[in-house]
Amino acid sequence: MPEAAASPIHSPMKHQFETLAQQHHADTLGMWVFLGTEVLFFGGLITAYVLYRTAYSAAFAHASLTLDIVSGTIMTVVLLGSSLTMAMAVHAAHLGNRRALAVFLILTIVLGLGFLGIKGHEYYQKWEDHHIPGPSFVWDGPDARAAQLFLYFYFALTGLHALHMIIGAGIMGVLLLQNALGRVRTYTVEVSGLYWHFVDIVWIFLFPLLYLVDRHK
Amino acid sequence: MPSTSTYYKIFALLMILAFATTGIAFIDLGIFNPIVAMLIAVTKATLVVLFFMHVRYQGRLTFVFAIAGFCWLLILLLLISTDYLTRAWLPIPGAIPPMGF
Repeated sequence: MPEAAASPIHSPMKHQFETLAQQHHADTLGMWVFLGTEVLFFGGLITAYVLYRTAYSAAFAHASLTLDIVSGTIMTVVLLGSSLTMAMAVHAAHLGNRRALAVFLILTIVLGLGFLGIKGHEYYQKWEDHHIPGPSFVWDGPDARAAQLFLYFYFALTGLHALHMIIGAGIMGVLLLQNALGRVRTYTVEVSGLYWHFVDIVWIFLFPLLYLVDRHK
Repeated sequence: MPSTSTYYKIFALLMILAFATTGIAFIDLGIFNPIVAMLIAVTKATLVVLFFMHVRYQGRLTFVFAIAGFCWLLILLLLISTDYLTRAWLPIPGAIPPMGF
């Protein structure tokens, strides 16, 4: 990897570090510690979901079939695509290629917002179908309460994930601005990339857990 | 750091796995449906962590930090399962039903 001093993307060393490499290592580890807490943050909710799905498997399978598998698959493709553009953005940052960095950051934001757009459309369909948990929840079929519980989990899990996506898109916007001003640090892009990929990984698990419960029936 | 061609290859693999998981969901494998779906998800996550998140190209300390959250999650899942999934095994008079509302 090129030393940041030789790169147009500058990376000033903070005084508490002895070398730039040590600072980069600390940056990376710090982000991984945060992601570890995020694993448990989502993990607790997913654990609760898995347990209730075991307890009410028939109702959860029925409720899962109301989710749109086509939009779910498209969202997966869009998000994996954004992970590719993010990886390319980090690559561009390491090479000091500001123009490529800007292009890939914009692509990442566009794909991220595309994901949120499809998600929003899905939420709108749920609203139209009266599948939002609460007083206006309507369910024709058995086990209405368990089906409502599934939808509680659906909105909590995807909502929390969407919130992370919004924050991620915001971070990319800040990086884009810093890049335009020529002040972006390579390792800021690197650790922001770690965050973005993590949010992608959360969706990798949410998609089969929520959308693919019992499709074969 | 990996080359861009590595990123494209990993992305292609991820795409194949994404469509595979959707496709396999429509085939009746009985109890293996959720197991296969989770195996594919873990494979995809591993590819992202190793290549997109550069864990493969960094020191062992980064690897330990990256795997730590996952290990704690396994402990969480395992210990909670020993409670909830075994409650129905022994009939205990007056016991609370496993997952009542």
